[in-house]
Amino acid sequence: MKLLGCIAVLTTLAGAAVAAEIPQAERRSGYSFMTADTEAMQDEDTANPGMLWVLDGEALWKRRAGAADKACADCHNDARASMKGVAAHYPAFEKTLGRPVDLEQRINLCRTNHQQASPFAYESRDLLALSAYVARQSRGMPIEAGSDPKLAPFVEKGRELFMQRQGQLNLGCINCHDDNWDKKLAGSAITQAHPTGYPLYRLEWQSLGSLQRRLRACITGVRAQAYDWGSPELVELELYLMSRAQGMKMEAPAVRP
Amino acid sequence: MPSALINVPAKAKRGDIIEIKTLMSHIMETGYRHTASGEVVPRDIITSFTCRYNGTEIFRTDLYPAIAANPFITFFTTVTESGKFEFEWIGDKGFSETASASITVE
Amino acid sequence: MANANHTTRRTFLGLAGGAVALGGVPIVTVRPADATPAMLSSAIRNIVGEANVRTGKVKLDIPPLVENGNTVPMTVSIASPMTADHYVKSIHVFNEKNPQPNIGNFYLGPHAGRAQVSTRIRLADSQKVVAIARLSDDTFWSATADVVVTLAACTEEAI
Repeated sequence: MKLLGCIAVLTTLAGAAVAAEIPQAERRSGYSFMTADTEAMQDEDTANPGMLWVLDGEALWKRRAGAADKACADCHNDARASMKGVAAHYPAFEKTLGRPVDLEQRINLCRTNHQQASPFAYESRDLLALSAYVARQSRGMPIEAGSDPKLAPFVEKGRELFMQRQGQLNLGCINCHDDNWDKKLAGSAITQAHPTGYPLYRLEWQSLGSLQRRLRACITGVRAQAYDWGSPELVELELYLMSRAQGMKMEAPAVRP
Repeated sequence: MPSALINVPAKAKRGDIIEIKTLMSHIMETGYRHTASGEVVPRDIITSFTCRYNGTEIFRTDLYPAIAANPFITFFTTVTESGKFEFEWIGDKGFSETASASITVE
Repeated sequence: MANANHTTRRTFLGLAGGAVALGGVPIVTVRPADATPAMLSSAIRNIVGEANVRTGKVKLDIPPLVENGNTVPMTVSIASPMTADHYVKSIHVFNEKNPQPNIGNFYLGPHAGRAQVSTRIRLADSQKVVAIARLSDDTFWSATADVVVTLAACTEEAI
């Protein structure tokens, strides 16, 4: 019964007039929608479970892998210097593919091309750990993804996807995250969907997870068929969301409810 | 080896009460969950956490499935001498991990 | 990383009264019978025996309304001088409606200096949480808190 009630609420949302994009000055990180307890969990490294993945990633960074028997550190040296600000630019244009790749895909391209190792599975502990370690090096820096002109058509595709209604609930991302971000859905705050902290530790997941996992969850939530892991659509949506958050500060690994 | 995060002040004065914070990587599978086909997902939790200070037990915890994943435990102790804190987590499926942290007491 | 528990599809069957708008709770499909008040009192008796448990001295700090029952921060502290003669021996935390009434037992002593522990717990539903402290004179003191657990609105297909 409660489920039906909530669908009714959503239908109301879906019928609301579409508002304009969120003005720059009103943009808010998901952090600011959380309770003080959850904020505290993110703020202190010893209290932030996401840091466990960062530690794992630091070890992986130095571990040799693949037929090339090379570690990330053999090419990139100390990540604290070489990876500073890097994640704030992802997804980034990959010229050999002619399209954007996200941070996880970049790590896997490095594995296959330079380490001659098999790529990590999406959402595997190792891929999350390495991406968390790399993203951690950008903490506090402004998001700059999407500024490369070659990305413009892909940002636009991502934007179209953000607006497009889909699924049995016939909702677009925009219906919640632009039009109703100051409201609640059941007990949860509807946020503005700025991916400032990925990969992040979600209390719901009791684990670290990627932005793709979050997007797939939202798409499943509106009862649509989620795009496959690594699909161009998901990367374009990631790219649009990151470009929409340009200038906001990186928080990875963030904590969210 | 699973990661652990320990927060112990590097230095303290004799007689100070310090806070120790610990975070251990662990799934804490409750044993109360089932798969869609009805099979129980077997319990896999940390059951015990112990802290020793220069060999003497100063704090111990029994953990149950109601402790959240990646157990976070904080507690206090009075420091009397420089030395080493040793931490030990023991659990199901032969889980056994240790970590340590040193403190200088002036 | 053991992800064996992430292999199933979600279902709504196990949502014990949860208001779930966008999707269902992943993985957890069937919830066993909740712990009952009888189980709670029996778990408490296992620790305190026939001793009388008085209200007071103990402070149980837990949010009255939590964003996610999977990870609820909790701090228990006891007003105690923590001297060789008067100190807290142990702290025991229980819940009313999880499948099992025990949450954790914490053993300390006068050297702790401050009788306070923090951890993060799981609460399957809105319920009562009870913290009991055993002092050096073998008296038992308690505090109780009611916690309202809201379920996340957006959950997902299991990965």
